[in-house]
Amino acid sequence: MKIIIQNRSNLPLYQQIKEQMKQAIMTGDLAEGEQLPTIRALASALHVSVLTTKKAYSELEAEGFITTRVGKGSFVASENPELIMESKRQMVETKLAEACRMAQQLGINLKELHEMMDLLFDEEED
Amino acid sequence: MTAVLEVDHLTKKFHDFYLDHIHFSLEKGCITGFIGTNGSGKTTTIKSILGLIHKDDGKIRIFGEDAERNERSIKDRIGFVMDEGYFYENLTLQEMKRVIASAYTRWDEKSFLSYINRFQLNLQQKIAKLSKGMRMKFAVALALSHHADLLIMDEPTSGLDPLVRSELMQILIEFVSEENKSAFFSTHITSDLERIADMLILIDDGKILFEKEKDELLESHVRVKGDNNWINEETRPLFLSLNQSHFGFDGVTNQKNAVLRAIPGAVLERTSIEDVMLAYVGGEKIAD
Repeated sequence: MKIIIQNRSNLPLYQQIKEQMKQAIMTGDLAEGEQLPTIRALASALHVSVLTTKKAYSELEAEGFITTRVGKGSFVASENPELIMESKRQMVETKLAEACRMAQQLGINLKELHEMMDLLFDEEED
Repeated sequence: MTAVLEVDHLTKKFHDFYLDHIHFSLEKGCITGFIGTNGSGKTTTIKSILGLIHKDDGKIRIFGEDAERNERSIKDRIGFVMDEGYFYENLTLQEMKRVIASAYTRWDEKSFLSYINRFQLNLQQKIAKLSKGMRMKFAVALALSHHADLLIMDEPTSGLDPLVRSELMQILIEFVSEENKSAFFSTHITSDLERIADMLILIDDGKILFEKEKDELLESHVRVKGDNNWINEETRPLFLSLNQSHFGFDGVTNQKNAVLRAIPGAVLERTSIEDVMLAYVGGEKIAD
């Protein structure tokens, strides 16, 4: 797993950690059932506070990506296809929202946007 | 997380100093840095917590229990390192250890010897012959060899060279890596805290100025530099501290967005704990 903290980023540290772990889980970089470092070990490695790693883990847990067993540690949750699909959709949606905003700012209408999308989608499939 | 130590309206008056109803708590599993300039009240607070001086008013709870009423059982679970070692100069390390070890019900000789080994200390040596760094290492070995749950240290790094300081920080990390261990230490050398602290408490002139998560503190404050032309009656109040020279201004703010709106050309930089501390206590940074 790779986590890179950017102090210049506008995202709070705990969110940077959370998003990158989520990514690692979704791409399969972190496998189902795999044990995660303890909050202290991760905090020491990244030079952040244990409260920050704790916050990242509890949000990942609340969203169903990891599970924590008292005295045992935290693990990547068993794959939940619906959850993974939902997250994937969300990732794409975020990018699309950005594209829509840009289209509106630059005066490109919905029809043109759809055409572009059809074209791009076909290109990628080939 | 739960509190491992709670200080409630602690008050102590000396003729020229007043610890003014201070209030804070430490979270379990965390390393909390207690920062402030010399004479701000750090040592007085720590001595009061440990019952080494009599407090005028206030309550102290440790491990959820009243510190005065349960002093023996609580002290058994605390390891402490004071700035002036509470050692007898004429004893050897071995003799001093015997005196200290007898006070604890869970003394662990094996763990003590492994620290002595790691620190390359000689048990036959007289305390008086120890250098400042060796003295601190000996104190740490004693403090960590009775399965303490809370480690309290007063200025453990002052007067030590950077190598010994980083060794001590490493030991602190190892200590809190075990479950439910907490550490609290005062320092005016804030660079020690950049890497390892979880929480920060700032005391100045006997008052607590803030009690915050380190990452949150460093994320919510930012250092701003730019042209002097931008500094006027409107922008000045946005800064906690502001230094100006012929070449431009350099300040710290906790209103990043407002500053960005008012001074679009400003250069923003991450703050250090020292920047933030000085911004609150109103000091000036000498060198960059």
